[in-house]
Amino acid sequence: MTFDKEYFNIGYLDRLSYGDTVIHRLDPRSKVIATMIFVITVISYGKYQVIPLIPFLLFPVLLMTLSDTPVMLIVKKMLVVSPFAVFIGVFNPVFDNRAVALSDTVYISAGWLSFLSILIKFALTISAALLLIATTSFPGVCNALRRLGVPSLFTSQLLFLYRYIFVLMEEAMRIVRAKDLKSFGSRGTGVKVFAGLIGVLFIRTIERASRIYNAMLSRGFDGKMKTMKKSRLGVADAAFLAAVLLMVYLFRAYDIAGFLGGIIKY
Amino acid sequence: MSHHIVEFRDVCFSYPDNTPALDGISFRITHGESVGIVGANGAGKSTLLMHMNGYLLPSKGTVVIGDLELNKKTSRDVRKKIGLIFQNPDDQLFMPTVFDDVAFGPINLGLSEEKIRERVDEALRVVGCLPLKEKPPHHLSSGQKSAVAIASVIAMQPDILAMDEPASNLDPKSRRQLINLLKGFKHTKIIASHDLDLILEVCERCMVIKEGRIAADGFAEEILLNKVLLEENGLELPLSRQNIIYTRKGQDERVGKT
Ligand SMILES: Nc1ncnc2c1ncn2[C@@H]1O[C@H](COP(=O)(O)OP(=O)(O)O)[C@@H](O)[C@H]1O
Ligand SMILES: [Mg+2]
Repeated sequence: MTFDKEYFNIGYLDRLSYGDTVIHRLDPRSKVIATMIFVITVISYGKYQVIPLIPFLLFPVLLMTLSDTPVMLIVKKMLVVSPFAVFIGVFNPVFDNRAVALSDTVYISAGWLSFLSILIKFALTISAALLLIATTSFPGVCNALRRLGVPSLFTSQLLFLYRYIFVLMEEAMRIVRAKDLKSFGSRGTGVKVFAGLIGVLFIRTIERASRIYNAMLSRGFDGKMKTMKKSRLGVADAAFLAAVLLMVYLFRAYDIAGFLGGIIKY
Repeated sequence: MSHHIVEFRDVCFSYPDNTPALDGISFRITHGESVGIVGANGAGKSTLLMHMNGYLLPSKGTVVIGDLELNKKTSRDVRKKIGLIFQNPDDQLFMPTVFDDVAFGPINLGLSEEKIRERVDEALRVVGCLPLKEKPPHHLSSGQKSAVAIASVIAMQPDILAMDEPASNLDPKSRRQLINLLKGFKHTKIIASHDLDLILEVCERCMVIKEGRIAADGFAEEILLNKVLLEENGLELPLSRQNIIYTRKGQDERVGKT
């Protein structure tokens, strides 16, 4: 029983990045930049805007298709984190109940609009981030960030976090299981016991950190994480970035949804 | 070649909580030797190995690796000579992908990109893990983790390989692969383990440690078949040398080799 398998199965997402499609072959940096542009644009929309966000679904859908990423996988992962978005927005309809006109005859409360807007923004940004990792791998994203100028102290932290999150979670589960075996029924579930468990986890983590440091020293580590340069930006990257920029610009500057709606109406 | 030696001269060490872990250890290992270090749990095997790359420094006595006496100043150079592989491969593989991990050492040695790639491929080929190159360590089985941990050290091309419990956590098949791999190495090898069968197969020489002291040092074949000596030191004959007779009731009765 491993944490990775039992819970989020983040590892599986990473495994998808072994794929070899147009999207996988792009330089990680161009994918990181494209994702950031996309996310920032989506977030820049106002609190009550819903319709203009809809066209942006094209981005994750296209990425998913081009990279052969299973739709259900992304949807499942979004559901895992969706409670956060729901919590943020769920009280909006209660507190913000001004009426807003959708058309001449249809009214809706402003709270519902803003709740919907939050959900769509959430779906768009999370799916973009998940697709970035599924097509690039987490380490690839970190290396890209670093080559884009993010301080290496920060990116190395992220890499270590990623490398050891599974190990630490498994350790935590082992400790909890050992506790469960030794305490019967309700005994041993108080705050005091919990604090003790955290203490054990803390000490084990320190010990592990020192062993890892030892292993790093053994391989010539001198306090600086060095890397080798990999991958170059090519024509495909330029084309990809241009396409993303164009798409985002069109959606932002023109009322695509209204335009399409107009076509359908007549 | 005199520069592949490992020499301990009367080394003593206590942990900060005053646990005396090494108590006057002296030995000399020369070029090309394969030496097993055996002993019960807590005998001091791991502590001994951690003295070989200067992670721990002796409170008394000296450690000499090659022609360098180990101290804070020389530890960086000593670490290029000796490849130390620790017990838990999860601690050993700290980089996000197998490639990055094996490349970590060569990068720190300051090699060119081309050379680094060469070394990584070669090291992974030696341990049979080349196809795993792009994988993150948490997708590997424990046998694969151990093999990659070994690759990450041999990619630095050390003169001496030292390993702590290399076969713990391995299933029989991976263990067999590891033994064959180790037999193939021409390096000076130092292996701490309580898997006496492994030591018996891989090592010519064997040292028995008890409570931080060397209790015996000699040919592996002699020491590991000496039932009395082993039992005195909290060990048992290697399984392959125990005659186990299964009776019909399913109980087993052990008859020691005479
Ligand atoms: N970090 C530590 N702090 C205090 N005592 C330790 C530490 N690590 C090991 N010891 C003690 O040192 C002795 C030798 O331990 P170790 O070298 O790990 O033995 P082995 O590897 O042979 O099982 C044991 O008595 C152990 O309890
Ligand atoms: Mg040990």
